Formats: sequence, C-alpha cells, structure tokens
Amino acid sequence: MSHPTATAATKNGDLEFFVRGDHHAPNGTLLGFWLYLMSDCLIFAALFATYGVLSQSFAGGPTGADLFDLPLVAINTAFLLLSSITYGFALLQMQQNKLQGTLLWLALTGVLGTAFLSVELYEFYHLIHQGAGPQRSAFLTAFFALVGTHGLHVTIGVIWLVTLLLQLSKHGLTLTNRRRVFCLSMFWHFLDVIWIGVFTFVYLMGSMS
Amino acid sequence: MTVFKTLIKSLAATAGVAMISGCDWVVMSPSGDIAAQQADLIIWATVLMLIIVVPVIALTLLFAWRYRASNKKATYQPDWDHSTHLELVIWAAPLAIIIALGAMTWVSTHQLDPYRPLDRVDEGKPVPAGVEPLIVEVVAMDWKWLFFYPEYDVAAVNELAAPLDRPIKFKITATTMMNSFFIPALAGQIYAMGGMETQLHAVINEEGVYDGFSANYSGAGFNGMRFKFHGKTDEGFAQWLDTVKSQGTELSRTAYKELEKPSQYDPVRYFNTVMPGLYDAILNRCVDPGTLCMKDMMGGHSGHQDHSQHEADHHAH
Amino acid sequence: MSDTFDLGKMIFGRLSLEAIPYHDPIIVATFAMVAIGGVALLVAVTRAKLWGYLWTEWFTSIDHKRIGVMYMILGIVMMLRGFADAIMMRIQQAIAFGDSMGYLPPDHYDQIFTAHGVIMIFFVAMPFVVGIMNYIVPLQIGARDVAFPFLNNFSFWMTASGAILVMMSLFVGEFAKSGWLAYPPLTGILQSPGVGVDYYIWALQIAGVGTLLSGVNFVVTIVKMRAPGMSMMKMPVFTWTALCTNVLIVAAFPVLTAVLAMLSMDRYLDTNFFTNDLGGNAMMYVNLIWIWGHPEVYILILPLFGVFSEIVATYSGKRLFGYSSMVYATVVITILSYLVWLHHFFTMGSGATVNSFFGITTMIISIPTGAKVFNWLFTMYRGRIKFDVPMLWTVGFMVTFVIGGMTGVLLAVPSADFVLHNSLFLIAHFHNVIIGGVVFGVFAAIAYWYPKVTGYKLDPFWGKMTFWFWIIGFYLAFMPLYVLGLMGVTRRMSHFDDPSLQIWFQIALVGAVLVGIGIICFLLQFYFSYRKRDQLRDETGDPWDGRTLEWSTTSPPPQYNFAFTPRVHDNDAWWQMKANGVKRPQDGFLPIHMPKNTAAGMVIAGISTVLGFTLIWHMWLPAALSLVALILATIVHTFNYDRDYHIPADEVARIETQASEVKA
Repeated sequence: MSHPTATAATKNGDLEFFVRGDHHAPNGTLLGFWLYLMSDCLIFAALFATYGVLSQSFAGGPTGADLFDLPLVAINTAFLLLSSITYGFALLQMQQNKLQGTLLWLALTGVLGTAFLSVELYEFYHLIHQGAGPQRSAFLTAFFALVGTHGLHVTIGVIWLVTLLLQLSKHGLTLTNRRRVFCLSMFWHFLDVIWIGVFTFVYLMGSMS
Repeated sequence: MTVFKTLIKSLAATAGVAMISGCDWVVMSPSGDIAAQQADLIIWATVLMLIIVVPVIALTLLFAWRYRASNKKATYQPDWDHSTHLELVIWAAPLAIIIALGAMTWVSTHQLDPYRPLDRVDEGKPVPAGVEPLIVEVVAMDWKWLFFYPEYDVAAVNELAAPLDRPIKFKITATTMMNSFFIPALAGQIYAMGGMETQLHAVINEEGVYDGFSANYSGAGFNGMRFKFHGKTDEGFAQWLDTVKSQGTELSRTAYKELEKPSQYDPVRYFNTVMPGLYDAILNRCVDPGTLCMKDMMGGHSGHQDHSQHEADHHAH
Repeated sequence: MSDTFDLGKMIFGRLSLEAIPYHDPIIVATFAMVAIGGVALLVAVTRAKLWGYLWTEWFTSIDHKRIGVMYMILGIVMMLRGFADAIMMRIQQAIAFGDSMGYLPPDHYDQIFTAHGVIMIFFVAMPFVVGIMNYIVPLQIGARDVAFPFLNNFSFWMTASGAILVMMSLFVGEFAKSGWLAYPPLTGILQSPGVGVDYYIWALQIAGVGTLLSGVNFVVTIVKMRAPGMSMMKMPVFTWTALCTNVLIVAAFPVLTAVLAMLSMDRYLDTNFFTNDLGGNAMMYVNLIWIWGHPEVYILILPLFGVFSEIVATYSGKRLFGYSSMVYATVVITILSYLVWLHHFFTMGSGATVNSFFGITTMIISIPTGAKVFNWLFTMYRGRIKFDVPMLWTVGFMVTFVIGGMTGVLLAVPSADFVLHNSLFLIAHFHNVIIGGVVFGVFAAIAYWYPKVTGYKLDPFWGKMTFWFWIIGFYLAFMPLYVLGLMGVTRRMSHFDDPSLQIWFQIALVGAVLVGIGIICFLLQFYFSYRKRDQLRDETGDPWDGRTLEWSTTSPPPQYNFAFTPRVHDNDAWWQMKANGVKRPQDGFLPIHMPKNTAAGMVIAGISTVLGFTLIWHMWLPAALSLVALILATIVHTFNYDRDYHIPADEVARIETQASEVKA
C-alpha cells in the first residue's frame, strides 16, 4: 500500500516497524501499588488537614493535654516501629530464599501489629469510657477519625499478612508471592510513616498545647 | 405539524416582545452603587475577552470553510506542524489578555470587597463626614429572613428597608442551613452560615422595591425564602420605622423560639422591642438559657471554664 | 437502635413497604416502564440463549475493549435517566409560575436536580470518558491490554454498582435533596434524616473505588506498556491527555473518599466534622469537596481535548499543529487545576487577597486552554478538511467551548461572581463547557472510533441529525439561562412569581426537547447503521486514513490487539508506517500470553452493592455479613494463581489470515 501523501518527513526505508520476537511489557505491579499508596496518602492528608482545622475546637470538652497518655502511646509507637524492622528482616530472609525465616519474621511482624492494635483499642475504649468519645467535640471527632483510619489500615495489613503467610506456606517463594511480600512491605512502612506524623502532630503537639 | 408551527410562531412573537419590553436585567442595571460597579466590571471583562473570542470563532468558521476538502484551490501542507512565531503569538495573546484581566481582578476584588466599609455612596459622591453606616443584622432561618436594626431596637421578618445614599453594613449569620443573602439590585451576595458571621457593605441609590432572596439552596422551603427590599427616602424610612414600631410585637426569647421553628412562605412580621443581645446569642448558638456560647468555649477543660456550664451545654445537645 | 435487642430491626433496619413510593404516580409509571422494559430485555436475552455468551464474553471479560464497550453502554443508559430528569426540570420551570405550582412538589423536584447532577457527572460523563480511554489507550500505545486487566473489570463493576444504587433510590426510598455536592449542614442527620443522602454517599463511595483503581491502572499502563520506541514525546495526544486525567484521578478521588467518609461519620456516628454545634465546621466540607471537584471537571474535559486533537488532525489530513505546546498545555492545566478550587465559593467571605489569588489562578488556566484552541485552529489551516460527523462535532465544540470559556473566566472575577454565583448564569456556563466540551467530545469519539469497534461506520445521516438537533437544542436551552442569570434568577427553584421570566424558560424547554430529539437520533443511528452494516463495512481497519496505532490493526481488533508489537519512530506512528508502505507481517507468529477471564470482579462488586444497600437502610446484621463476605471474597480471589494462558501460534495465524482474507 503506497500512501498518497507520503512525504520526506515520514518516509524512511531502513526502519523496523514490528517486534518480530516475543514482546513482554515490564510488570507494573510495584508502580501501581506505589500509586495506590500515594492516593492513600492523600486520604491521610485530608484527615490531617481536617485535624489541623478542628484541633482547637474543644467545644468546652477535654483537650489533648487532658486526655493523651504519652507513655502508652510511646509504647505503641515502639511496637509499630519494631514491626517495620522485623518486616525488614523478613525481606532479608526472602532475598536469601529462606522460606522458614521469612515466615517467622512475618509472623513476628503480625504479632507486633496486633499488639499495636490492642493498645489502640484499649486507648479508644478508655477515652470513650470517660466521656471523650468522637461525638464530644469536633476535636475528638477529628482525632478518632485520623487515628482510627490509621488503625483500620493496620487491621487490613494484619489480615493481609495472615493471608500472605498462608499463601507463602502453600506456594513458597514464587515470583508472584515475592511481589506480594514487597507490596505489603511498602504498605507496612507507609503506615509507619503515617504513624510518625500522627504521633508528632496529634499526640506530642496535642499534649503540649 | 401545524400545531407545532403555531407554537413556534407564538413563541417567537412573545420572545421578541419580551426582549424589547422586559429589559429588567437587574444584574446589569441595578440601583445600588456596589452592584453598579459590579455590572460595569462584567461589561469590561466581557469586552476584554471578546478581543480574543471573536477572532477565534471567526477563524474557526473561516478555516473550516476555506480548507474544506472540496476546495482544491486552497493550499495543502500536510507536514506543516510547527511555527515558532505563531506559537509565540498563540501563548502571548491570551497571556496579554489575562494580565490585563488579572490586574483588573486584583483591583476590583479589593475595591469591592464586601468586608470593606464604603468610601463613596455613588459615583463622585463620597460618604459625607459624620455619617455612620446603618447596621442591619441578618439571620437566615428555616425558611425566612430575620432582620435586626440594633440602632432602632426593631426587627422584621421577610422585609428590609434602608434609606437612600446611606451606607449599610450587614452582619449576616444563619440558624441551621447555609444560605446566601442576595439583593441583586443592591450588591453581590454573601453566604449566611450558622455559628459564623459574614459581612456586606452596600448602599442603595434609587427609591424602589427590590427582590431579595437566598441564592443558596437550603432545603424544602428554599423557594419561599424571599423578601422585599425597600429603598426609601429619609422620610419614607422614618415612616417605615414608625409602622414597624406601631404594628410590631415583642421579640422575646419565647417569641424567637417560636419563630425559629421551620416554616415556609412566612408573611412579613414586625417586632418593636428586641431581647437584648439576641443576635449575638443566635450567632454564638446560645439562645437557650444555660447553653455555653461558642465565643466562650474555644478552650477546653484546661481553660478557665466553669465545669457545670459545659455540663449544661452537653445536656442541651 | 432501641435498648432492647430487636432482631427485625437488625435485619430490616428502616426498610419497610412504606419506603416504596407507590403513592407517587410519576414514579409508579416510571417503575412500570422500567419493569416492562427490563422484563422484555430479560426474556429476549433468555430466548436468544445469550446468557452464556454475555457471561463468558462480556461480564467476566478482562479484555479492555469489551470493558470499554460496557462502560459506554452504561453511560448511554444512564444518560437517558439523566436526561429524563433534565426534561422534567425544564417542564416544571416552564409552567410553575404564579398560582400554578407545576406538577412537581419541591420534595420531588429537589431529588430530581440532585439526581440529574450526580448521574450526569458520575454515571454518564465518567463512564464515557473511562470507556473511551479503556478502548483506545492500549491500542494507541501498541499494548495487548492494560496493566491490571482484572482490576479493570472490577473497576467497571464498581462503577455499575454505584449506578445501580442510584437507580434503586428511585423506587426504594428516596434520593438526596441536597444538590449534587451535598453540602452540610443540609446533609447532616438533623436536617436530612432520610435515606437520600445515604444513597448518595454509598453510590459515590463504591463508584469512587472503581474510578480510583482505574486511574492507577491507566497511569501504570501508559507509563510501562508503551510500544518500543514510543517515548513520552511520541505519545499520541489522546494518550497524553488520558495520562494527565488519570494522574488527576489518582490525586483527586482520595479526597472525595475522605470527605464523604467524614460526612457519613457525621450521619452514622453523630460525630461533629461539619455540624453547626460542638465545633464542627461546614466550610471545611465545601473546601474539601471542591479540592476534588475542580480537578474532576478537568478529569472529564482533558481526554476529550485529546479526542478533538486526534480528530482535527485526521480529518484535516495534517500533522497536529504544535504537538509539544499541546502537551505542555495539558500538563500545565493538570497542575493548575489544583490551585483554583476556592473559585467555587468566593461568596463565603474569604477576603479580597485570597479571592483574587484564586480568581487569577483560574484565569491563568485559560492561557493553555486558549493555546490548545489555537493549535486546533492552525491544524485546520492549510489542511484538506473532510466534514465527516466527528469533524462536525469538533467545529461545533470549538465555537461553543470558547463561549463557555469566556463566561467561565467572567465567573472567575470575584466581584463579578458575587452577582452571578449560584444564578442560572452559572448553570448556563457549566452546561456550556460540559455539553459543548465533554458531550460533544464523546459523540465525536463515538462516531470516530465506532468502525474500529464494530467493523462498520455509523450512518452519517443519523449522525448529522444528532449533531444538528443537539447543537441547536443546546443553544436554545442554555442561552436563555444566561439571560435569566443576568436577570437575577437563582438556581434550584421549582416555582417563580415573576411572570416576565416565563418566556425564557419556555424557550429553554423547546431547546431541551430538541436535545431530546437529538438523543433519539443518536439511538436510531445505532439501529440504522446496524441494518446497513454491509454498506457501511470497513475492511481496511483504517476507514478515516488515521494517523495513530489503533488504525494499524483490524476492525474489530483481535483480543490480543497486535500479533506483533509495533515499533514506533514518529508521533503519527501509523501514518509513518503507511508512508513507508509497511504491511502487517503474515508469518512467523508466536504464542501470545494473555490474562484469563474471571468472575471475581463482578462478585466482589456485587457484594459491595449489597453492603451499600444494607448500610443505607441501617440493616446492621446483613451489613455485617456482607462486609465479612466482601473480605472473604477478596481473600479467596488472591488464592487464584492461575490467571493467564497462551494463545497458541497457529490460532494467532488462523485469526490473522482470516483478517487478511476478508481484506482481499
């Protein structure tokens, strides 16, 4: 087929126009998951902004300084930070192709995550019990929403982790499973980063005011 | 088919009549100085933009016609896709217009800021020395307007009046829904929101009765959230105040609680004595006795609040 | 919930027979029509024994082309509903003057304008835009599918799930009476205790998940899966605009999710984000929703800018003028669209400096947009313009859109906005850009790519009828609204006192009727084109002498799109291939690696619909069960490792030879 308006600009006889071999586009899962995390980050950004706007709206109710139990939160922070380290060890084990080690460190991560959640639930229960539930003031609404959303993410992380443990024991360190371990690790570290923001902006600054 | 034709014909006829007779485009021919400046701004901005919009539309149609496939006489350059000069013009022309419009925006937005007290009452007429603005406190309620005149200790529902050429300062809030306080003949609108106060400065220059309404949808009774705004001479305004005083009743806390209940298409009502501090209490959401006012509850426990007071507040909700 | 445990209440929540509006004749008639139509459709499908085919070839398909078509069908169906709402509003406003209250009480009218806005944006414009991107983007970049084919199917079903919830609100309960952005405090539990706002929230949340995932999917597809040689600056402009739109989706929709979640907390848990009391702040909602809402309008319009760019180059028989300035303009618009949200509420009293800042950033957007218009203009310059239907839409768009753009910039001047805000002028403005831009663009895209999808062109007669009815109808319907806005008439009114306004509303009604005829022509077009498909058949795969890769494969393309991945050397890759006399290779086929169909997307989205419905009606027990089911179904899906297969080489050879034979 010769084209009627073929011109010098587009004509070139020496070019290859097809990939005659087997062509595979690179896998985009990690990029896609990272994009998802960025979008999740924006959910937290909206919650942080909301908390920033409402953080002084105590409506005559208790303030952060009245409520926050910093030593407890510090222990909780330690649980979560440690769990990121144990996840790191799991990744190292995976890179050495050691399934048992990977499983072990992942399980430990899950235990630490569960400990974090338990302490958080205790804290929430305690707050609600003393009349400082999310309904009390806009400040508490924003507090529960921000910390609760983070907690919800950790819960999902733990569920995912348990699922992944099952899948790893069933199929071993296959390419697909390795990718999943990497994705969950991004998710887990991401939650750590968010928590550092929560700890600083909500608990530390809230206790100081 | 004939029915259709007659319909079209009658429509066309009435449309023509409406366009000629009904030049009541209130936004473009208002009766207050602020709205008049806003109308001028609309015209200037439109003219500025037409400088670029008219040529674009003309060129679109011209090129579409000239370079139609059947016109073999027109030049055809299939590979021509770049011209630095042309691209400069393409970006520079809108840029130039926007610079002009941006400058106009900056100046006019500050000039016509609704929060800014007026410095003139009409073109070439500065505010006379010693004239204080008439303060009107506006409350958007479900679904009616309540206007307080603190200077005269009167209030009115769904009717507003003001003397000509005297600056008016509106302080605006709402009970529940977000509304927008708008009298097109007078000035642009501003939102009315619960627990918050917005402000509007304006002046009316021509005697007349104008439409005022909520411009922001606020639920079931929105249609009826309308009132008449009367621009009156000084004598006329004094007479209006007399009427309000003679026909009005007392706006006590009880009367207000009654008024606060949602209602639609409320008739005009006057009040000749107003409970002191009522507007302030509405704004701070503490009309009910024992409720803590918003302005007093910014702090929390650690502040210096009386504990029993916010207990009461807690029960009120 | 009462203090004593009430099982009936736990199961049925606030749902009872009372929820069905059988006392409203309009709704009953609508329901009867929908029911009869639905049953007829079900019977027809069953008679033709099509269920199996639909299930295996469409519902469970992870082929981006099939999913794209399903999005378009969803968009068309929902457009009929959205338009029915529109014409009902137009009739009401044309007759409800003085003593006549019209035929719709405010309670019903308020639901209609809310539903109209929600449906047109979320379930018409969005499915159209995502559908077009779905079909075209992988073909334009020479890919075999999107990056995450399963996710793509899931995204579609989540969007459909949201649409189902909105449709259900018509017959079970009510829809929100709040306007399409559901500002609190009006949407708080105190002011709107009914289910309407909850329908709104859950429909949007569920559809929003779908949209967000599809945004992630397309960004990865475009970044990772372009054919060898296609650098970023060799991407077709449509793909560029699709990339920017999906970046915007990823960056904007989370904010919508967050703000709606907060609103639902206020409604379900009595919290105080946006309440008037206890420190809540409704202005924050307005800010957050517009931080999503303004990018959203660019999400809608950018891909259509891309469509017009493709069309204007193709039908002018010329390279697109100013490719790189087109790309930069798109990117600049993408970034700026985040810095303008406050222009939707200048009247909230933010102060002159803040208002002028947002006013001026808004105006700055008109510079790259203006540059785009000039680029299209100079693409036509010295071209050989064929006025096929897509090109008609394009010229109609260029003329109409600049008018809408002008009124938009006018609204961006804060002091002018103070008198025009919330008026019918505003309504006229955004219909001017959304109809003149998005809708015209979608119709242009449908006419342009239809032969690629089906193998035959659309009948141009009906296409032209559609165009003329739409464009005349549009001007008649919306120019009067500009006038009414300047007369100080505000939006969302269902009754007027001033009789001098009536004539304008009557003209607008005539316009809406013409648009309705346009829609009928649009539907007839499919029927008549199908009947004449043999005459309209295109066997080349390239009926318009196109320029980009989608035209290099057969029409309709095989499931794998390209037997051999193309190599790209030029912006107009296919144009260059034609100039060099390149033909599709006829031998040496290799097995092709493809993803397998799956029902998981439909199942998970189906459970989400149930979850949404039970939450709307406070049916706590079924809601808890469906939440557990949702989590389990997702986990079960992750245990499926067997997700792909190979099409054997001889099968590829058979498909390709068949295509060549048809040509010969």
